[in-house]
Amino acid sequence: MPILILADHDNASLKPATAHAVTAATKLGGDVHILVAGRNAAPAAEQAAKLAGVAKVLLADDAAYEHALAEPVAALLVSLASGYSHVLAAATSAGKNVLPRVAALLDVAMISDITAVVAADTFERPIYAGNAVATVQSTDPVKVITVRTTAFEAAPATGSATVESIAAVADPALSGFISAELSKSERPELTSARIVISGGRGMQSGDNFHLLEGIADKLGAAVGASRAAVDAGFVPNDYQVGQTGKIVAPDLYVAVGISGAIQHLAGMKDSKVIVAINKDEEAPIFQVADYGLVADLFKALPELQQAI
Amino acid sequence: MKILCAVKRVVDYNVKIRVKTDQSGVETSNVKFSMNPFDEIAVEEAVRLKEAGTATEIVVVSVGPTQAQETLRTALAMGADRAILVQTDVTTEPLAVAKVLKALVGKEAPGLVILGKQAIDDDCNQTGQMLAALLGWGQGTFASKVAPAGDAVAVTREIDGGLEVVSLKLPAVVTADLRLNEPRYASLPNIMKAKKKPLETVTPDSLGVDVTPRLKTVKVAEPAKRQAGIKVPDVATLVDKLKTEARVI
Repeated sequence: MPILILADHDNASLKPATAHAVTAATKLGGDVHILVAGRNAAPAAEQAAKLAGVAKVLLADDAAYEHALAEPVAALLVSLASGYSHVLAAATSAGKNVLPRVAALLDVAMISDITAVVAADTFERPIYAGNAVATVQSTDPVKVITVRTTAFEAAPATGSATVESIAAVADPALSGFISAELSKSERPELTSARIVISGGRGMQSGDNFHLLEGIADKLGAAVGASRAAVDAGFVPNDYQVGQTGKIVAPDLYVAVGISGAIQHLAGMKDSKVIVAINKDEEAPIFQVADYGLVADLFKALPELQQAI
Repeated sequence: MKILCAVKRVVDYNVKIRVKTDQSGVETSNVKFSMNPFDEIAVEEAVRLKEAGTATEIVVVSVGPTQAQETLRTALAMGADRAILVQTDVTTEPLAVAKVLKALVGKEAPGLVILGKQAIDDDCNQTGQMLAALLGWGQGTFASKVAPAGDAVAVTREIDGGLEVVSLKLPAVVTADLRLNEPRYASLPNIMKAKKKPLETVTPDSLGVDVTPRLKTVKVAEPAKRQAGIKVPDVATLVDKLKTEARVI
């Protein structure tokens, strides 16, 4: 039976996370279909059709799907699910919102945030902030799964699947979109950036984040933050890296003024190279850092910006 | 409006957990337990809504072992009015908990259900969405602001790109994110008072819910460990290492 992936997109374009979910899906054995539910979402559907390994894209274009509200999108997925062995989405805020709703409506267990496919019914997933890895097996007729994007490479855009329009289903009309306040940035997106530089409580203020931004711009890096920095109001919530924030695994992660609580480590410890800059040499972040620099960040950051 | 909150007893967030040597799970004996931090935020929000005059009664529910009574007492000390323990020694999955909560919603008829967005033990992030689905209600997940008005509630949600506001018809399910509020510490008088508040114990069976796990846990293993790195003396050495050794810049 084929496998269905719910695309994460903003109608105009497909989010990179979906390409990672495709790679997980190709390990399950079966044709891979992508569902793009949106409004005027043909551009996103065309991008989905280019992902290698995708056999077909289903495009449900309707006003009800414009803002990816969980209630109508879940209803649509449920109407399609009986033809599929697996329903997948990337473990983004959109995927995490919709898929449990789908699983409950199908009366099946859900498997969140998988990091490996052991077999078509068996998966690895991190628990306890990544301090343990559970291998779980599902006997449900449809497996409903979110995919941790950092654990799977992105499928390349070398394919050419067909795009098939499908009809919308009845909107349960339980919710409505009011507004969105999205961070605008010229920098790469946190979860797909090759380099991430994050600041913590040690940054002392939101203004001081410009010290990180100068370096980020020189390296083409994204800027992230620890929970402490977000809670203190230094930066917006979408900067947060950690167990319940964003999970990142860039080639280079630079943690500045971050002590390294396990909840933060859970969000970045799979990075290829980790650098920690902290004036406290006992900070736990040094236990996971490949390169540690014990220094005052207000002195080290300008030097770093000069030196790169 | 009556509010129902669900709370889970989990290994305390400060505990460095250990995987059992037989790989059957995580060591939970002689370990500190406390209320799941996101559920504390959910209870706090309910208490604030009651203090603001929006909520009239707060019923707090936990599905778990007898010891989850302590977790419920904590919620009562924070300001919940009464508690229901759905006693089971089964390690319940989110779908089972959602079914139990649905049965209790049927009895209690709350106008709003608030849960934590995620439990920090299984990290599932499913129960609220599943409950909303089973009830046929709207869901406001990852909430950083909850504003009920008339027969609807506006929920500000923390999403990947920033914030989003949705409006839900009441009754609805909301799941709390970190920045919804900062939970209070229960005062000693309130802890004493909480001991006298009603706490009812029922079983999943009595609610007609089968909580047998659907998933089989094949094993629980330690994650791959990172090699300890080196300390560098200065910025120049750091940049040199990143360029010539790690080759990442």
